[in-house]
Amino acid sequence: MRVGYYPGCSLHGTAREFDESLRAVAGPLGLELVEVDDWSCCGATSAHATNHLLSVALPARNLALAAEQGHDQVLAPCAACYNRLASARHAVASDAALAAQIPDLIGRPFPNSVTARNVVEVLREQLGTLRKKTVRPLAGLKIACYYGCLLVRPSEVCTFDDPEAPVSMEEVVAATGATAVAWNRRLDCCGGGFSLSRTGSVVRLSREILDDARAAGADAIVVACPMCHSNLDFRQGALVRRGEAELPVLFLSELVGLALGLDARTLGLERHFVSTKGFVERAMAEKPAPAPKQPPAVKPAAAPAPASAQKEAV
Amino acid sequence: MSSHGTNASAHGRASLRTEMKERTGKNTARCYQCGKCSAGCPMAGETSLRPHDVMRLVNHDQRERLLTSESIWLCLTCETCTERCPNGCDPARTMDALREMAVAASPGSAPRAVLAFHRSFLDQIRLTGRSFELGLVAEYKLRTGALLQDVATVPGLVARGKLGFIPHPIEGVKEVRRIFEACEEATRVAARGKEGA
Repeated sequence: MRVGYYPGCSLHGTAREFDESLRAVAGPLGLELVEVDDWSCCGATSAHATNHLLSVALPARNLALAAEQGHDQVLAPCAACYNRLASARHAVASDAALAAQIPDLIGRPFPNSVTARNVVEVLREQLGTLRKKTVRPLAGLKIACYYGCLLVRPSEVCTFDDPEAPVSMEEVVAATGATAVAWNRRLDCCGGGFSLSRTGSVVRLSREILDDARAAGADAIVVACPMCHSNLDFRQGALVRRGEAELPVLFLSELVGLALGLDARTLGLERHFVSTKGFVERAMAEKPAPAPKQPPAVKPAAAPAPASAQKEAV
Repeated sequence: MSSHGTNASAHGRASLRTEMKERTGKNTARCYQCGKCSAGCPMAGETSLRPHDVMRLVNHDQRERLLTSESIWLCLTCETCTERCPNGCDPARTMDALREMAVAASPGSAPRAVLAFHRSFLDQIRLTGRSFELGLVAEYKLRTGALLQDVATVPGLVARGKLGFIPHPIEGVKEVRRIFEACEEATRVAARGKEGA
């Protein structure tokens, strides 16, 4: 399936591994990602927080470019980009005066014909292929699926799943063979764009999320947003330095990549601040359940450890 | 009490509730103060005005108090309040509109760090068409004076290949700048229209 690709600014910088892992899994899952030529920033929270017209016009330029380049849908892996593109599309569709204003503001025709899609819904559509292509089932690994805000709210804009009881990320995780744990804070805000301007709030909110995931027995948190990743992974460093246990935070595409048999470097798993090494080793370990074809010397450590030992290992 | 609940305030302009309805299309008078918005607000513990307080003050035409409040700037735009409002009042969109009005009316009341971040972020887009993280951090530090904040994390970011050193402007950067100018001009014109109303 050919799909327009809008990586967004973070995927060219601090969230490189999201871009790398998504491009790596696209081929095996039958997705052809065609980057929108000369895309610009969506304006993110800063446009949204200060100027309504700008918060619609900046995404509109990108949707207009995508339409000109022959796309009817655009995959925006960053949850903030997805939300801004989908919100702009919704704002224009529900406000005739705004719709009339947009072509003048962006200097291009705006047919509003391109659908914004997020990475969770696109991966969920490929569940059959994912199950078929999974060569390294992640059995025994427990995952806390973290949605945060921008994938599911507001529900009039984000229509692919339920805003209070979503299931799509858990379905993708189940297809990799891993187990999605039940936990409480999967829809809570991590502090989003306050990472620089109000770090204390971010650390408070992120810690509540990390603690809850750990209490639910998770071996890792899986996210689909560069800001969530930065706040939970990069800012976790401050907590780890204070002696708290590490909890790896993976992009959903990285987890899918592990199940597809891709190696950690290709998926960018070495770019994280919280080490993913122990998690990757467990993912790569031969599982005892389906009889392995050529059992290599199975070390005791390779078998899934009991719950108590798992926490230590993380 | 003449300004409470009427369409025209003492200044002769439309009440805040009426202006809000024009800006957002939502009727804040539908808020019956159940507090569900504030119960789910991740920042409620850090703000002096919680979402349901903000809704109440809008309905009481407390323009000055709201537009100079730090609380509207501590909103994370997580949309939890709007998602859970049983009456479709949209506190999140109300907060967006209040911030936009505050930028025009009293920018000095926004917390320095938060507004400095937004301005630095938008300046990067104006400059290159995209957000350039190193430039954003540098400008933010200059605007706030927080020169040493997060400096210790730079080597870690570099080692992980996460920090670009040279911005790459897109081809359409002039087009992006024109979009900024057009939106800012249209916003000014709309604000002048409301002043005169």
